[in-house]
Amino acid sequence: MDARQTVEQLVAQADALYHDLDFAAVKAWRARTGGRVVGCLPTYSPKELIHAAGLLPVHLRGGGDQLEIIRGDAYFQSYICQMPRGIIELALSHRLDDFDGFVFPAICDVIRNLSGIWQLLFPDKLARYLDIPQNFDVEVGGAFYAEELGRLLADLEKLAGHPVTDEALRASIAAYNTNRRSVEALMTLRADKPWLVPADEAYLIIRAGDVLPVEEHTAMVDRYVALLPQLDRPVRDHSRVVVSGAFCEQPPLGLIKTLERAGCYIVWDDMTIHCRFIHGDVSTDGDPKLALARAFIERAVESASVYSCRGSKGAELCRTVKTSGAQGVFFAAPSFGDPALLDQPMLQAALDQQKIPWTAFKYAENLGQFQVIREQAGTFSDSIRLWGD
Amino acid sequence: MTTVDKEPSMVKQKEMIGAHFDRLSTARDDGKKVVYTFVPGNLTELLLSFDVLPVYPEINALQSAMRKKSGDFITEAERLGHSEDVCTYVKCDIGMKHKGNIGPTGQVLPKPDLLLLSYTGCFTFLKWFELLREEYQCPVVLLHTPYQADGEITPSMREYMIKQIKSEVIPALEKLTGRAFDEDRLRELLKLSARAEDDMVSVLQSAKHRPSPIDAYFGGVYYIGPMFTAFRGTQGAVDYYSLLRDEVEGRVARGEGPITPDGPMTTEKYRLVVEGPPNWTDFREFWKMFSDEGAVVVASTYTKVGGVYDFGFRHDPHDPLGTLADYCMGVYTNRSLPQRVSMLEHYVREYGADGVLVNSVKSCNSFSAGQLVMLREVEKRTGIAGGFIETDLVDARYFSAANVKNRIESYLQMIQQKRGGHAQEARP
Amino acid sequence: MRTFTGIDLGSTTTKAVMLDEDGQILGRGITNSRSNYDLAATIAKAEAHVSARFRLLSRELEKTEPAATLEKFLTLIEVEFRRQQSLEQLRLLADATARECEHPRVARIKDALIERVAALVEHMIQAEAKPAPLMVVKEEKKTSDFFRDRAASQYSRLAETHADARVTFDDLMSIFDKAIIRVENTELKESFQDLMLRALSKVSARFDETTAQRHRTAVQRALDIELLNGGVIGTGYGRQRLPFPKQDIRSEILCHGLGAHHQFPATRTVLDIGGQDTKAIQVDDRGIVTSFQMNDRCAAGCGRYLGYIADEMSLGVHELGPIAMQSERRVKISSTCTVFAGAELRDRLSNGQRREDILAGLHRAIILRAMSLLARSGGVLDEFTFTGGVANNEAAVTALRQLVDENYGARTVNISAGSIYTGALGAALFSLRAAHEQAAA
Repeated sequence: MDARQTVEQLVAQADALYHDLDFAAVKAWRARTGGRVVGCLPTYSPKELIHAAGLLPVHLRGGGDQLEIIRGDAYFQSYICQMPRGIIELALSHRLDDFDGFVFPAICDVIRNLSGIWQLLFPDKLARYLDIPQNFDVEVGGAFYAEELGRLLADLEKLAGHPVTDEALRASIAAYNTNRRSVEALMTLRADKPWLVPADEAYLIIRAGDVLPVEEHTAMVDRYVALLPQLDRPVRDHSRVVVSGAFCEQPPLGLIKTLERAGCYIVWDDMTIHCRFIHGDVSTDGDPKLALARAFIERAVESASVYSCRGSKGAELCRTVKTSGAQGVFFAAPSFGDPALLDQPMLQAALDQQKIPWTAFKYAENLGQFQVIREQAGTFSDSIRLWGD
Repeated sequence: MTTVDKEPSMVKQKEMIGAHFDRLSTARDDGKKVVYTFVPGNLTELLLSFDVLPVYPEINALQSAMRKKSGDFITEAERLGHSEDVCTYVKCDIGMKHKGNIGPTGQVLPKPDLLLLSYTGCFTFLKWFELLREEYQCPVVLLHTPYQADGEITPSMREYMIKQIKSEVIPALEKLTGRAFDEDRLRELLKLSARAEDDMVSVLQSAKHRPSPIDAYFGGVYYIGPMFTAFRGTQGAVDYYSLLRDEVEGRVARGEGPITPDGPMTTEKYRLVVEGPPNWTDFREFWKMFSDEGAVVVASTYTKVGGVYDFGFRHDPHDPLGTLADYCMGVYTNRSLPQRVSMLEHYVREYGADGVLVNSVKSCNSFSAGQLVMLREVEKRTGIAGGFIETDLVDARYFSAANVKNRIESYLQMIQQKRGGHAQEARP
Repeated sequence: MRTFTGIDLGSTTTKAVMLDEDGQILGRGITNSRSNYDLAATIAKAEAHVSARFRLLSRELEKTEPAATLEKFLTLIEVEFRRQQSLEQLRLLADATARECEHPRVARIKDALIERVAALVEHMIQAEAKPAPLMVVKEEKKTSDFFRDRAASQYSRLAETHADARVTFDDLMSIFDKAIIRVENTELKESFQDLMLRALSKVSARFDETTAQRHRTAVQRALDIELLNGGVIGTGYGRQRLPFPKQDIRSEILCHGLGAHHQFPATRTVLDIGGQDTKAIQVDDRGIVTSFQMNDRCAAGCGRYLGYIADEMSLGVHELGPIAMQSERRVKISSTCTVFAGAELRDRLSNGQRREDILAGLHRAIILRAMSLLARSGGVLDEFTFTGGVANNEAAVTALRQLVDENYGARTVNISAGSIYTGALGAALFSLRAAHEQAAA
């Protein structure tokens, strides 16, 4: 098979995984290994711990635009975002029956309360809320976070039926470091040569990591990245944009395609921050829990759910725009997503100061029509191309 | 409440509030430092021990709404780029600031010298003070209150909080005021807090009587005022709650119902437990939807949002920092959903309620997300029927009087029909 | 006999239902809601009274008339009765329009206006006064538009031909618009008896004398039955004040539950999708509500949403269902937010998706919203009754049956015809129950 065919096959594989709400791949892993599965809510689930316990971490989003919400709407009022409805729908339609536990990182009040809903509805499944630290002193917030991770680890050990050694943890940390580097390599390639890397393809490849064992995913990403330069994909006269948002709730694939079809290259985005929320590697020296805590405290990627005490708000975004060579920023927030929506005016002010153009829109994971966004994106793309640097 | 003779406690409260805003208006001239903070997880005793003046933007927002000013403020914030989807307290505050920062008494509110971001029970608080930091360009100190996800306070959580108070909050206040932390003074204040808390709990629990002498939701918001804001730890609060307790005990002795917008309630027909914050823009009209039907709220969860005192907790002067941590972690919105369900169940049983009503507020995800499940769970456990209405905190566009009234009336009639159509006959 | 009446003041229409002592429906009345609530209630009640009298008349006639002539006579007398009512209203309209022409606002064209308007209304009176052949009469009986609507469309048609540069179409219409309010808020002076007898005299001419005499006897007997008011209960919301004493008001949710229960006594779950809101109601074996959930904030999931879609597609609302039923490959519509309805529709049509497939998807999406409301209220128990305007929509009903079956298993699904009266029926039943309780006490 030539490079093009292999790439097509990889993307097709990723696409199939993305669209499979019955989690066949997870079931297959279970059958193969006899292991247990832990569902990870967005965004800061420490998959290293789960992996170290011999369990499979599976990143959960809602049902996207494929799932008809029949039961989920009975659990949430109309002014709550779409994602938790989809997650409840998955659970109540028995698609999560093979999951043995769930981790709920502290990204917002809705997910926080969802952990409580889980405790009420599914009392025999592990539902662990993970309070991520908002104090960024290593001795204070770091110590607390290490204890939180320890508590989670104890739960995972119970699930796994055996203790988890520091050695195992360090190995898992290494595996995820590698995976993160591979994903970053893909993203960097895209920033350098966006015509080689269509945004929706990259997205699917990265999202495949939601359900695949990390080693397999790393291999997939590496392969994809290695083959891309061999492809003869034409360069287009597209504008270069960054897509910024909270992205706990994911945009529908159609939305990503719409943005690029409107004439943009998405050269950087926050959409898959759930698998790369630390800058750089986590140390494999010393106490691994402390290492994970430290890495978060010192090098967490800026996001709406993390208190910004380092530098001014939006500084990191401005840096990202510059290093990725972008001409403008799309702000995308899920409807009713307070963290992202309240963050935006501050980030936008930072961009205004740096004279970086931006435009903003809202989406939901089940958005079915993109006409308005298409027009908005097209207009924006044209304007930054014509009037930008 | 204009139709009613002012009870001594009401007069006292008004005086206290007036004096506080007077002090705020002269803060600069008096060389007093001003600290903005939140009601849930407020460290008022600590602030007072440093002699700083606390300001609570949430209170400003609700006061603006009661004075029908919040609509304009929200519009202003939306004009500045804030989404219609987000919390209206935040928008009201930002809008108010941009329109001159004139507080509820008509005096201009002083700018903050420090933002004490008590991140307790509500994620939006984090964003709110990030936004205010940009607005005021002033220092922020963050106190992260860990969530009682499993319905318990662990040693790790406590230690985290105490460390933060020691290494972040106190140093920030010392730097701000140029004074050293005075632990003895803090203990004194905590002692007074505990006394006031005793009396307040007695007031809240008076609702177990039939008829209830208080409305624990609409009336309740006035009763929690001093406890949840700038007065806890002061002699003034102790005096207020002592006065209030006497008044309430008097009403119990005389078998009197609560004071409503239309005067004392003479016939108690329905006893309700209410979950969720009230609506502030149409507060009086909302109250009347209950009181006109003889419905009294005997217990509410909103009156625990600034601290849960009716399950035994008191501020403990013997462990000043630990007790502040325990207080913060115990506020209602920092409790897990199962804990909240248990509290509601407890209230229904202990206060002899006929119904439990959820007021689901559009702005507040912390309260609202999961209320439907909570309601079903409480119904299951207690066998009483639940009611469900939807409003907002301070955005009048989300309060449809006709719809709310329809739902409340229908719910009450439903309860009445269940009893066999005899409204006077409350449950024994 | 004693009667028990329920009056439901809705936002568009006011309905009344009159029951006899055994809880059987005697009569139903409906009128368009208007600014004077007391009057709307009175008129609806009066209409129910008329309907009751006709029912009683029918019972009387059944004693003596063969089926064929009975049908013919009843049709004729009812149509004639209505014609007499209309004529009275038209005479009021003539007065009211004449008075409006005196207003200083139209002083500059006053004389021409008076003449033109008078001619117009006279034309309408003449048209109404002319008895029509039986064929047309049968048609007329089916379409019972409100006077306001019929008059408006007639008047405006005539206005088009009567207008010119001096007295414009708008001039003529403005007179009507103001006058009709006055007419609507005026109670008709003529009694039921007078109108009935006048109608009878006109109709009798079509029959031989023996038959006509039998008719007259039956009519008189029907008129002589004393109808005593045993009680009135009012319902309806969206108003500051209902025109009834407080103890005579019941919530429209309770009325709706009881009304549905009366029609289908084994009902335990009721879904009402109205124009403005959707209700999911659980009732016990006595028809008393045990739990309910409302969607009164969001147009999506209500009849209004279909109205938006119909407008977007330049169709009548009643056309949507039949088109949707032709779909063979339903499109999945995930969001029913009306804000995006237009954009989503245009997008899909321009992408080549077929009208019927999109409509099928939209109908399903609306019913999905209803399903979640039902789930919130406690699920779908057996039997399940579907009421409200949208219950007339075949595609909606099909989607509902399917989703109920998929999610709750087999349920007997009752579709309520005439469900617009459910609330008023429930109110009337409450009135009946109140009387029984009082008697028992």
